[in-house]
Amino acid sequence: MEKQDTNIAGICSPAIGEAGKTGDWSDLKPVIDHTKCIPSSKNKAACFLCWLYCPDGVVSMSIPVRINLDYCKGCGICAEECPPNAIRMVRKVECDDE
Amino acid sequence: MQENIFRINETEYILPGNRSCQGCGLSLAYRFILKALRENTIVAIPPSCLCVLHGLYPVCSVIVPAINITFAGNAASASGIVAALKALNRPDITVLALTGDGGTYDMGIQSLSGAAERNTDFIFACYDNEAYMNTGTQRSGATPMGALTTTTPILTKQEKKKDLIKIMEAHDIPYLATVSPAYPADLYDKFVKAKRIKGTRYIHIDTPCPPGWGYPAKDTVRIGKLAVETGVFPLFEIEDGKFRFTGRSETLAKKGKRQPVVSYVERQSRFKKMSIEQLNRFQHHVDSRWDEFVRRAES
Ligand SMILES: Cc1ncc(C[n+]2csc(CCOP(=O)(O)OP(=O)(O)O)c2C)c(N)n1
Ligand code: SF4
Ligand code: SF4
Ligand code: SF4
Repeated sequence: MEKQDTNIAGICSPAIGEAGKTGDWSDLKPVIDHTKCIPSSKNKAACFLCWLYCPDGVVSMSIPVRINLDYCKGCGICAEECPPNAIRMVRKVECDDE
Repeated sequence: MQENIFRINETEYILPGNRSCQGCGLSLAYRFILKALRENTIVAIPPSCLCVLHGLYPVCSVIVPAINITFAGNAASASGIVAALKALNRPDITVLALTGDGGTYDMGIQSLSGAAERNTDFIFACYDNEAYMNTGTQRSGATPMGALTTTTPILTKQEKKKDLIKIMEAHDIPYLATVSPAYPADLYDKFVKAKRIKGTRYIHIDTPCPPGWGYPAKDTVRIGKLAVETGVFPLFEIEDGKFRFTGRSETLAKKGKRQPVVSYVERQSRFKKMSIEQLNRFQHHVDSRWDEFVRRAES
C-alpha cells in the first residue's frame, strides 16, 4: 500500500509567544505612574493612547491600564505618546520590583 | 482622535510574542487592518517582514487564515482565492493581499496590474517601508532619492521614488486610499470602508521602520506623523475617481502650515548623506505633488 503525507500544505496553528518571551528583547521596560495616568487618576475610560499605539498590542484598555511585560518589546512608543508623561522607560532590574 | 478610540474593535488578531522588530510600523498598521476586517478574512502574503511576523512552521502569530505565496504571484494567487470563494458562495469573506514595497513596486506589479484590470474583488494593500527590509535593506522602486540602503551605500539612491499610486489610479479602480499607522483611526475607517466596497481596492500604507530608516524605535509614531505634517505622505482617498483629503491632511490643506521636509529627513540616518541639491529636489517634488492634490480636492 502507498503511504500518504496528509499535511502536504504545512498548516500552522496559532500560538502566543511564537518567537518566545519577546519581553527579553530590551533592557528597558515601561512603568506606569497611575497617579498621572488619565484613566486611573480620573477613574474613567479616557485617553488609552498607549493601547492605541502599541505595535505589539500588549497594553490593555482597562482601569488601571496594564502592560504584559512578558511580551512587551520595550520600544518606548507608549512612553513617547503618553500625553501626561505617565510612562517612564526604566531598566529591567528596577522594573522587577514593581 | 481620542473620542474615536472606543469605536475600534477591541479584539487583537496578532498574538503577542511575534518576530516583528521593536517599534515596527508594519506591526502597528497590521493590528488595525485586522481589527477593521475582522474574522472573515483570508490574507495572501509574499516573502517579507510580514511573512516573518506570521511565524515559523508549525506555529503562527496571527489568528486569521493566511497563505504564503511567491512574490510575483501574490495578486494572481489572491485572485484564485477570490474565485474559489465565489464558487463556494462565500461573499462574506474578504481577501486581503498584503505586500511589501519590493513585492508591489518591483516583483508583484504585473499580477497586481492584471488583477486590477479584471477588477478582482479583493483588497490589495502595499505596506511601503521603502526598501527590502527582510533581506537587509536593499533599495526598491519605492526607496526615495537620497536614501542610503545596503545596495546604494555610498552615493545614496539617485532615482526618484516610483509613483505607484498614480499607476494604480490609472487602472480606474473603485477605491484607492493612503493610510499611516501614526493615524490608526483613519487607517481603521478606510479599511472598514474598503471591506464594504466591491472590486479592486488599493490601499497604500506608509510604514516607518526603525532599523531600515535609522531612527530610535520609540519614534515610529512621531516619524509617521512628520511624514504627514510635511506633506511627504498625504492622507487621502479616491472613490470612483473623486479625490478627498482625510484627517490631518484635510486640516493641513484647509488651514495650517506644512512643515519643511528637512524636519522629516534630519531624524533618519538613511538620509545622512543626502545632498542639499537632493533635499531641495525632494522639497520641490513634495510641494508640486501637494499643490496638485489641493487642486483636485477643490475641483
Ligand atoms: C523570487 C524571490 N526572490 C528573492 C527572495 C528573497 N527575499 C525574501 S524577502 C525579500 C524582500 C522583500 O521586500 P519587501 O517586499 O519590500 O518587504 P519587506 O521585507 O520590506 O517587508 C526578498 C528579496 C525570495 N524569497 N523570492
Ligand atoms: S497614554 Fe498615558 S495617560 Fe493615556 S492611558 Fe496610557 S498611561 Fe494613561
Ligand atoms: S514599550 Fe512598546 S511594546 Fe512595550 S507596551 Fe510600550 S508600546 Fe507596547
Ligand atoms: S525590518 Fe522594519 S518593517 Fe521589518 S519587522 Fe523590522 S521594523 Fe518591521
